[in-house]
Amino acid sequence: MTKSDNDVVVTGIGLVTSFGVGQAPHVAMLTGSATPAVNVDSEICAPYPVHPLPEIDWKDQIPKRGDQRQMENWQRLGVYAAGLALDDAGVKGNEDICSTMDMIVAAGGGERDIAVDTMIINEGLERSDREILLNEKLTTELRPTLFLAQLANLVAGNISIVQKVTGSSRTFMGEEAAGISAVATAYARILAGQSTHTLVGGAFVAERRDILLMLEAVHALSRGARAPLWDRAAEDDGGMVMGSAGAFLVLESRAYAETRGAHIYATISGVEGDRGKRDEGRLEKRLGRLFADAGFEGGEGDVVFSGATGLTALTKREADFVKQAFPDTPLRGYTGITGHAMEANFPSVLRLARWRSTTRHRSLSSMTVKDR
Amino acid sequence: MSSKFTDHLGRPLVAVTGMGVVTSLGRGLKDNWERLTAGVSGIHGISRFPTELLSTRIAGTVDFIPSDPNPVARSYAFAEATIEEALEMAGLSGDFDAPLFLAAPPVEPEWSMRFNLGDRAPPPKEDNDVYVRFLAAMREQADPAFHEAVMFGSISERIADRFGTRGLPVTLSTACASGATAIQLGVEAIRQGRTDKAMTVATDGSVTAEALVRFSLLSALSTQNDPPEKASKPFSKDRDGFVIAEGAATLILESLEAAHARGAKVYGIIRGCGEKADHFHRTRSSPDGGPAIATIRAALEDAGLGIDSLDYINAHGTSTPENDKMEYSALKAVFGDELMPSIPLSSNKSMIGHALTAAGAVEAVFSLQTMLTGVLPPTINYINPDPTIDLDVVPNTARNASVSSVLSSSFGFGGQNACLVMTREPS
Repeated sequence: MTKSDNDVVVTGIGLVTSFGVGQAPHVAMLTGSATPAVNVDSEICAPYPVHPLPEIDWKDQIPKRGDQRQMENWQRLGVYAAGLALDDAGVKGNEDICSTMDMIVAAGGGERDIAVDTMIINEGLERSDREILLNEKLTTELRPTLFLAQLANLVAGNISIVQKVTGSSRTFMGEEAAGISAVATAYARILAGQSTHTLVGGAFVAERRDILLMLEAVHALSRGARAPLWDRAAEDDGGMVMGSAGAFLVLESRAYAETRGAHIYATISGVEGDRGKRDEGRLEKRLGRLFADAGFEGGEGDVVFSGATGLTALTKREADFVKQAFPDTPLRGYTGITGHAMEANFPSVLRLARWRSTTRHRSLSSMTVKDR
Repeated sequence: MSSKFTDHLGRPLVAVTGMGVVTSLGRGLKDNWERLTAGVSGIHGISRFPTELLSTRIAGTVDFIPSDPNPVARSYAFAEATIEEALEMAGLSGDFDAPLFLAAPPVEPEWSMRFNLGDRAPPPKEDNDVYVRFLAAMREQADPAFHEAVMFGSISERIADRFGTRGLPVTLSTACASGATAIQLGVEAIRQGRTDKAMTVATDGSVTAEALVRFSLLSALSTQNDPPEKASKPFSKDRDGFVIAEGAATLILESLEAAHARGAKVYGIIRGCGEKADHFHRTRSSPDGGPAIATIRAALEDAGLGIDSLDYINAHGTSTPENDKMEYSALKAVFGDELMPSIPLSSNKSMIGHALTAAGAVEAVFSLQTMLTGVLPPTINYINPDPTIDLDVVPNTARNASVSSVLSSSFGFGGQNACLVMTREPS
């Protein structure tokens, strides 16, 4: 691949999953010879297994307790992972670079106040004037700060406050697609010279029943014991196992990175995403086009990292397609070991793919498809 | 290096070829514009839910477009109405076949849905167990309608299916700047050469009791409930908060060259976009207005315009004590003490309230309409001017003026700032 000034390069990686914090546990997991020891908790949200947050000392990236208190875990995780990525890129605290750095965050919704929700529902069981009850309780029981802990764009807002990234701030929503579009947009802007350096990523906390409820509304979740990604039973089991993850990347134009002497981990050569009907082979046709548009040919040393949801039938179709289209290319379903991280799902795979490829080559083709 | 179809930096000029709008004043550009320029307010007492015990009992809700009673369904219905209008104006039919950028509210389940779930869930067993019980009820019986009503991507999925947009739609939220950000993303995509056209939509149908209470707890809302139409009074001395509202707007963006090639009518040019984040506070802007100043300057620079070439400003003008003061000082810093009082500026929010996610796009449509018609909509309820804010706010009645360039500002919670500069089509 010929190098050019506007190539989009990866210079900072911040990742937290159930395996741990930062590079070491993930590199060990990816490059170790043994099967990774998966961290799954079957109790905390039973009967749904989830890959929980690892132990995190928030003050490592969010030094002020006042800042920590303004957030719940989902926002903390985003701010923390963003800090890891900035550290890794060697730009944290560099005012010139951070104050001109663009930012795109893929975000979902924040924590509910479970105690208040329970109180309202329980009292509502005895009352016929539920709307009045609602006004009564909401005006007296809601914490003012909770609103800000719930707002989608306040992950980015808190990153601005704590990590001082203020070039621009955009928040994308829409579940998995948000993570894909965030990276795709950051990539396209740098490639076109609209941005020189961008922080991009997302966070997701799996051990939250209020979030699981959204998915169980369509029976998407796996119940009982966790099964391997490619082999989840269809009977009464949706197949999704959610996993906590915070994942951020610092992307730069090659020229910007080289001028400041940054270490370049990898080059991104394409990011594609799509949606649509899946019947009559449309899914397979779309996947084929996305791989081609992202410039992935399945050559020697290439790996396909799949962020398949685990939804039983769809995941199998994706695997069948990849095996048929790229018979010599290893397929790794990382959601099988980290869990599905919704908005942070696609950002996570990029980081994992990068570390996996340390022993391979420096070019990173990435593609994905919204898979639900 | 600039040709007929490119700007001062040689980038493709981005034309607006279709517009659609819904606010509390009505459906469609014609009705909205008539009322807006007549100084009519769309703010009214809330009838969607009981307002007993609430300190704010007024809003600019949109109650005349039928939909299921939840924020996703409402937001979609408003968006759909404006997309239909914009496509018709643009003379486009069939699959749109280009990217969609949607500003949509971060939604939560309606409380009626939670109550229904509670009714079919097992009884309380331990403290704080309501989501355990909700999940048990869902295991018993799935509820796809609940799922659709709580997924952030639902609105864009529906739009993509209905109008045949291309690729993965982008759903975004930059709080009160969202509408402007959606337009900015569309402009960027066309400048990147990724597409000749884009559909940019912003919609907000999220006024619920809980949303109202949350903003009230932050002391952001006006409590001057009586009479409702007088509550929103941007730049007035007795302003006490914004009036929450709903609405939607769609702009069809096309490269000017592509618009000409297909003989489309051009309603204006999105000439420049600026943005800058603030790290001062979660809800308050930097007291020195630094990020707002940088945002306005970035938009002018992107547009290639100097401070003396702006004819009118469509202000963010929320009617909160803090925003209006900060916005004034930012404008003064950019345009200077001498120039600023001579640039007319008005706040649509005095009449339509603050449509949050939709506001930036709604106001962009009205900015373009200002240029097209040569009428500046007024800032109504301007009875007691704030003596510390020295601006020509087009007080109370509309004014005729020839306008060929407009700045539209949006500033939001979470340090969000975005500005757009719009001009007429170059002759």
